[in-house]
Amino acid sequence: MAAAKEIRTQIGSIKNTQKITSAMEMVAASKMRKAQDLMKASQPYARQIRNVVAHIADANPEYRHDYTIARDEVKRVGYIVVSSDRGLCGGLNSNLFKAVVKDAAAWRDQGAELDFCALGSKAGNFFNKYGGKLVAAKSGLGESPRAEDLIGSVKVMLEAYDEGHLDRLYVVNNEFVNTMTQRPVVRQLLPLSPDVGDDEQDQENARPQSWDYLYEPDAKALLDSLLVRFIESQVYQAVVENGACEQAARMIAMKSATDNAGDLVDDLEMVYNKARQAAITQEISEIVGGAAAV
Amino acid sequence: MANSFTCNIVSAEASIYSGSVEQVIASGTSGDLGILPGHAPLLTSLKPGPVRVKFDGDKEENFFVTGGFMEVQPDVVTILADSATRARDLDEAAAEEARREALKAFNEKSAELDYTRASADLAEAVAKLRTIQQLRSRGR
Repeated sequence: MAAAKEIRTQIGSIKNTQKITSAMEMVAASKMRKAQDLMKASQPYARQIRNVVAHIADANPEYRHDYTIARDEVKRVGYIVVSSDRGLCGGLNSNLFKAVVKDAAAWRDQGAELDFCALGSKAGNFFNKYGGKLVAAKSGLGESPRAEDLIGSVKVMLEAYDEGHLDRLYVVNNEFVNTMTQRPVVRQLLPLSPDVGDDEQDQENARPQSWDYLYEPDAKALLDSLLVRFIESQVYQAVVENGACEQAARMIAMKSATDNAGDLVDDLEMVYNKARQAAITQEISEIVGGAAAV
Repeated sequence: MANSFTCNIVSAEASIYSGSVEQVIASGTSGDLGILPGHAPLLTSLKPGPVRVKFDGDKEENFFVTGGFMEVQPDVVTILADSATRARDLDEAAAEEARREALKAFNEKSAELDYTRASADLAEAVAKLRTIQQLRSRGR
């Protein structure tokens, strides 16, 4: 019965693991609701400011903000990469990093250098090893990140752009399609392009070629603060969206881990029963054999 | 010319108002603005204060914003507020308390007084009170 005992211990340990994964699944499910609410709450602001900025990029202002001018030569590209702090969430982070590496490789082929800003400890670890320069990192944002926590890291990148160290700035995060699907997206933050808006109505009623806003108090002060606000809100939105993705991905990963553990237990139980029956049969035949010999 | 346009008021936390309106009155940094349909494109920053929207002839709704931006297009007005509340949700006692606190901070002139912070707090409290008083004087 030695083999049977071993199998029983194995079943016991798998069942323990199953308990842990199913608990993690439930925790992730409840956190996902909260993360989704957070994401939805800030979505209107992010969308509206994107539309406004799309209008600005489309307009013909007397004052051209630095952020609206595309630089011809791209020497250095910045990426703000938003990842999770913790693992056990399936392929979420590795898919994201793959997307970044692919995009970055294209720039590298054109001779551009790379700067990274990592939000979340997984991105920090990855880009430490990857090469390129990690200029800013922030982790431990928790489940309800605050915009103030991000400002510092974002500022580093914006200053680099202002000073001309960076010629392009991208933000990379997972997009929450639904609970089952999360997709890594690379979006251009700077320079601004007019097609950042998603207002369909806008495209239809085309405006005259050269139009401009009236600015109060003055264009420069207004655009400076509005555009910085825009970048911050986009990065914040990326972080909360990635948070919702993380919980959803973890929930799915833990659910399949729980299911797999169940299958494994079923298989092992079958093996265990077979071993038990074989031992009994053997015992009976030994007794019968023994009786016949007497 | 249609006599109404779309107005969206969003704050960092939520979408506060969205609908078809006839007039929007907001307090820009360089003075109060009344926006009617067909207004020329305008971009302005807002200071803490009331925002009124009028719709359906005589109905109106009041909001309080703590600052932000307003974008005007001929057929749509977007208010990007740092934070916004419906005016009737404002608490007068709390606003009065905040104003007193802010004033006290000024008068004490302690070394660690953050001047810009304190003056922003004061401006916000005063603007809240102004909104409440406006709302009351019009008898809701």
